[in-house]
Order: sequence, then structure tokens, then C-alpha cells
Amino acid sequence: MRFWTVSLLVVLSVIGIALSDANNYFFFAGFVVLQAVVLASAWNILGGYAGYVNFGVPAFVGAGAYTALSLHLSFEAPLVIQILAGAIFSGAVGFLVGLLTVRLRGIFFSIATVSLVFIFETLVMNSSFLGGATGHQLTRPSDIPFFDTYTRYLVVVMVVLAVISVAAARFIQDSFVGRGLRAVRDSEEAAECSGVPTLKLKLLACSVSGALLGAAGAPMPMYLSYIEPASTFNLLYAVSALAMPIIGGMSHWIGPVIGALILATLQQIVTVTISSEMNVLVVGVLLVFFVVVAPDGILGLIKRWKASSK
Amino acid sequence: MESILQITSVSKHFGGFTALNGVNLQVGAGERLGLIGPNGSGKTTLINCISGALVNEAGDIHFKGEHISKLPAYQRTRRGIARSFQIPRPFRSMTVLENLLVPLSYVRGISGKEADEIAEEILSGMGLAPKILSECSQLSQVELRKLELARAMAAKPDLLISDEAMAGLAGAEIDEVLAILLSLNDQGITIIMIEHIMQAVMSFSQRVVCLDAGQIICEGTPNEVVANEYVQRAYLGD
Repeated sequence: MRFWTVSLLVVLSVIGIALSDANNYFFFAGFVVLQAVVLASAWNILGGYAGYVNFGVPAFVGAGAYTALSLHLSFEAPLVIQILAGAIFSGAVGFLVGLLTVRLRGIFFSIATVSLVFIFETLVMNSSFLGGATGHQLTRPSDIPFFDTYTRYLVVVMVVLAVISVAAARFIQDSFVGRGLRAVRDSEEAAECSGVPTLKLKLLACSVSGALLGAAGAPMPMYLSYIEPASTFNLLYAVSALAMPIIGGMSHWIGPVIGALILATLQQIVTVTISSEMNVLVVGVLLVFFVVVAPDGILGLIKRWKASSK
Repeated sequence: MESILQITSVSKHFGGFTALNGVNLQVGAGERLGLIGPNGSGKTTLINCISGALVNEAGDIHFKGEHISKLPAYQRTRRGIARSFQIPRPFRSMTVLENLLVPLSYVRGISGKEADEIAEEILSGMGLAPKILSECSQLSQVELRKLELARAMAAKPDLLISDEAMAGLAGAEIDEVLAILLSLNDQGITIIMIEHIMQAVMSFSQRVVCLDAGQIICEGTPNEVVANEYVQRAYLGD
């Protein structure tokens, strides 16, 4: 109940700010931070709970973005339909990845997922319909209900997506599915011999995670009014999606949220005050710091601090 | 004695290596069977084929009259086959109690307070009640072995396969685990015990089967098997 109350308050606050006359850059940056929350929560369902490290995040994000673009170009479909289609398509990609990598674990699974990025990027680069290597310039719809600019509308959409993805991660963690995924992470063979249908759970985690990553990518073409494969399939998405749960802590749904808020906000500050190149350095430095000093993330640090203060 | 497990002409190869070569074995309901053999004889491969961790290439395995050779491991567990592992594989991110909640929810469909109560009862029977909320990293070797057995028992099995549950334990600890296995058998659970500690196998088993090079070379009462010249040759050499 408290979760839903806080979620409602967050959504209403964002709507309230979006209706105010706050600076537009605030929304431009807010979209990125909220998208980071979706990416981190979605990644953690497969990477954190089940222990399958997915380096193919840009493939799922890109699949969502290009599905949205296709629907926009073909039917001028509304944004909600674009997001739904992006989520369904990326979810299906996740399911197929799960099926094709059924026997792969550890680094081999990660390599298989990263190869997906290059496959998708190559496909898009060779598709004239999707704009090829040069990309597509888009015109945003002019009639936006309630909001002054389309970016403000997109931020509200993204906060709803963030709440949905965090709620999904929380539901999975607290359900028997979450316990099964943790068992898979700890010992797949022991899990299977304890009655856990490991393949089904892996497929479920791949599909849900993929769908949420696709949903996060779907509003990208409209957000930038432009889409091209090099930045859409940028591997920085994969590193960030992995870094955020590591920084926050992977054992609980709140960990990726904390990591996303810290890292994405810091990146935005660095981009504005120093340079956009420097924000990549921020990811790297924080990632190394947490892997070495606090491998269980901020949540682990809090747990240790609580234990030592007893 | 009614048969609960029937293994017929089961074979398994790893590349050019024959791990099991036409193994035939019947296990009676409620029986205590000891499975022995030198290292590499195929004991673990055989129980992996029974539990579903490996799929046998030839032959059939029937459990309670049902053909299970093609079933995945989790389906076999749901049908009543549980096992412990040679090297304990606890779910390390979970507490001792949570380890048992996994089979309780996935095999028996029990959750919430009822699951907690059943888990507590099983853990008490294993002498792990004081450790119920402990992390697995805080458990000693004998406690990890007991946790393996407790987790297997949470699946309410008809057949329990104990894979070297006493390896690395001291004298009193061996007796403790042995007593647990005997009490489980008293509850009607069929037990297949793989063990290198001969004293334990001989005192526990009603029947002993000896494997060598993927084939059964001898079966009988513990005394018959110990006296068998093929068994002595397999262990001691020519």
C-alpha cells in the first residue's frame, strides 16, 4: 500500500511540475533519469535476480525505438501504441534470446547477448525504411493535451513507465518467481532438483526484462525528434544498465532505483557543467569504485553499517 | 518388496568415455540401498540420470511405474525424487529457512505461514532449528550437509538420493547424519546412499550395489558384497 501511495505521489508530482512553467531543460534531463530507472529495474530482473548478465541492453532499447519508429512512419500511431508495440516486440526478442541461449551461462550468455546488438544495428543500417545509417528526422505531433511542450508529456509518460517497471521488479522479487530466480542464480542444478522450472523462469525473466527495456526505448525517437543506429545501439546503455544496479545493490528492487537516480543525475550534472564525454568517465569510475569497495552496492553498505552498529 | 524404481539397460557416454554401460537396477519401496564403487565408476552419473541432471542416451528409467527418462529434473522432483549433492549447493543468498521454502512452494505449492511451519518442523528434525534464520555462509560443513537433506525432504520425496552426505565429516558427525537418514527411512522413504565411508554404507544398507567402469559388478547384502572378489579387485586392484 505504501509503495502505491509513494508511486502515486511521484507521478502526481511529476505531472504537477510538467504543468508548471519550470525550465524545459529540467524535463529534458528528467526524461533521461527516469529512463535510467526503467533500464536499471528491467536489467535487474534478469541480471540481478537470476544472475544472467545481459550486455545486449542496446539491442532491446533499439528494438523498442525502431518498432515505435516503424509504427509512426506507417500509421502515425499514437505514442502509447508505439510503446506497447515496442514492449511486445522486445519482449518477444527476449523470449527468443532465452530460448537460443538455453544452455549458456555466465560469460557465454553475456557474449551471446552483446552479439545481438551488432545484429540489430546491422539490420537497421541496411534498412532504407528505418533510415539506414543516416537515420530519420521526425516531426513531433503538434497537438499535445494539457502540456506546453512534447518533452513535458514524454516525462510524464516515462514516470509512468518507471513506476510500472519498478512495480514489476518488486512483484517478481516478492513472489515465488523471485525466489525461484534467486535459486537459479545461486545454483541452477540445485534449483532444478528443488522443483524449480529453471528454463521457464529464465524465459519469463528474459521476456519481462526485454519488454521493459523495449518500452524504455520506444519514446526515444520522439524525445530526440531524430533516430540513428550508432547512438541508439550505443553500448554505453549496456554499461549503464549494469552499473546502476551494481551501485545501488542488486538484491532488492530499490537498489537499481537508487543506483539509477544517483548515476543518471550525476551524468546529467557532469554533461551540463563539464562535458558529455566526461559522463562516460563517471560511469567507469563509479563502477570500479563499487565493484572494489562495495560489491553489494549502497544497500550492502547500509546492511553492513546496520550490522556493525548493533 | 514392491519396486519403486526400475532402471533398464541405461547407458551414458561423455565423448569417447563410457560412464554407464547397460546398467540394470531395481529399487524396492522403502529400501535402503548402498551404491558403492571406486572413483569414476559411474555412481554420480547414475544418480544424475535418475534425478534428471543428465539424460541417459539408452535404456529406460521408470519411477512408480511411470517412464521418466525424458522428464526434466524439476518434473522428477515433483514426482517424488529428491537428492542431495556431493558438494553442498545451498542457495547462498537465502537464509536456511528460505532454502526450504523453494521446494515447498515449487513442489508442494505451499507458501506463507504453513510453509514456514513445515520448514521449521523439518529443520528441527535435522537439528537445525537454532540456525533457521542464519545465512548459509554461517553454517559448518555438517550443517550444510543437513541443510541439503532438509531441502530434499521439503519436497516430500518417496525416493531420496544421498550423494556422499558424509564426505569430509568427523566420526560423531557421520553418526548424526546416519541417524537422520535412518529416521527418514523409518518414515517410509526409499533411500539410495552413495558413500565412500564403508562403515557407514555397511551399517546403513539393506542391499549394496557395486559399480565399476559403468557396470554393476556385484549386488547383495553388505557382507556378500564385501566378500566378493570382483569388488575387492575393483577397490584394491589385481
